[in-house]
Amino acid sequence: MNSVPVRVKINDVWQERTVESRLLLSDFLRHVVGLTGTRVGCEHGVCGACTIILDGVPVRSCLLFAVQTTGCEIRTVEGLAAPDGTLSLLQEAFRDKHAVQCGYCTSGMLTTLTVFLSENDDPSEEEVREAISGNLCRCTGYQNIVAAVLLAAERSRKKEGVANG
Amino acid sequence: MKPPAFEYVAAESEEHALELKARYGDDARFLAGGQSLVPAMNYRLVQPAVLIDLNRVESLAGIGKSKDGKTRIGAMTRHRSVERDAVLAWEQPLLGAAMRNVAHPQVRNRGTLGGNLAHADPASEMPAALLALDAQVLARSSKGERQIRLDQFFKGVYSTALTEAEMLVEIVVPPLPSNARTCFMEIARRRGDFAMMGVAVVVKTDDACICRFARIALCNAGPGPVLARKSADMLMGHSPSDDALKAAADAAAQEIDPPGSLQASPDYQRHLARVVTYRALRAALA
Repeated sequence: MNSVPVRVKINDVWQERTVESRLLLSDFLRHVVGLTGTRVGCEHGVCGACTIILDGVPVRSCLLFAVQTTGCEIRTVEGLAAPDGTLSLLQEAFRDKHAVQCGYCTSGMLTTLTVFLSENDDPSEEEVREAISGNLCRCTGYQNIVAAVLLAAERSRKKEGVANG
Repeated sequence: MKPPAFEYVAAESEEHALELKARYGDDARFLAGGQSLVPAMNYRLVQPAVLIDLNRVESLAGIGKSKDGKTRIGAMTRHRSVERDAVLAWEQPLLGAAMRNVAHPQVRNRGTLGGNLAHADPASEMPAALLALDAQVLARSSKGERQIRLDQFFKGVYSTALTEAEMLVEIVVPPLPSNARTCFMEIARRRGDFAMMGVAVVVKTDDACICRFARIALCNAGPGPVLARKSADMLMGHSPSDDALKAAADAAAQEIDPPGSLQASPDYQRHLARVVTYRALRAALA
């Protein structure tokens, strides 16, 4: 057993801990920091349930060691809604389009898609399906998830349209 | 599962990384993107005593060109950078085409080209694409450096020519022959899975529609990426008629020694090699 310090910004709050170097980021988030929204499905990078946003980019937290993230900024699913609890446009669209059944894939879907929509504000259905090709869902058949993304993109464009006058 | 304990060191520079590797030898593994190494560690298939993290060595990442026109890609360049680079899309389209088939977007965000090559999974797409492009890699140790041709770099399943003191630092890709056409195609059960069979082709025909250059490389076709020499030779000096492409595809299927897996038997992989080589050649020459 060794002890290595880690200092990382998670959902806008700096967290400092001392952990074993072998501790996976997914386990660090869930068991050390207490943010259990990030799920663990396969621990070898294929299911996508553990996806978080590291320095603005969606990555597998099961394939990172916590100690690698010193100085980095992480956003988990808990950090997608506004501080006052207002859901993001994507989260509202997931609710409105019934894109959640058991919810296990949802955390990884939301983190992945939040970044996707920030890069592509008018995606085609095919582009959405490509974007979530690394997130497995066993419940929904993906249909409503795709619909939710397209709805969120549409609502976002309408909002931008109003703001731009 | 969780990995067993190991010492973790974040290298601060290339020199630091090489000095550490010289000190620890085979007890240490380099940690690049971790998208292949960490799953292996989580399964406890690999249990390094020391991990040398290369992710803070910025000098190891980047895409550029040398004065002789060769594309130079730093080993720690993320897959996503290769996939999205506008200059590469124009000058080396085969790289982006292959890259879009590598794993999933989230894996490409973190995985690196050098790490992928050093891991040497026989089913990986990028080794086949780079072999079709006749690329080389630059290996460095604390004692010096050497260039290794890709057809001499891959030694077998998860095995490369790198010695225990060496680090892969750069991938060097010669310019495509002028007017060469390229295509990467694979057949996988699900988007993002390792291919059951994949092929990278580079072909060039002259004004009289005679093939003047051909290179065909397949992945998941043997212990490493396989250059289908006989198949390419068959195309040279001839017009690429449908029959000629089919014959070349047949030849490629005979040249490979696919391992077989739960997903596809060796015979089925040979069949897929015939199908995908034909389709890729046709697409490239369309």
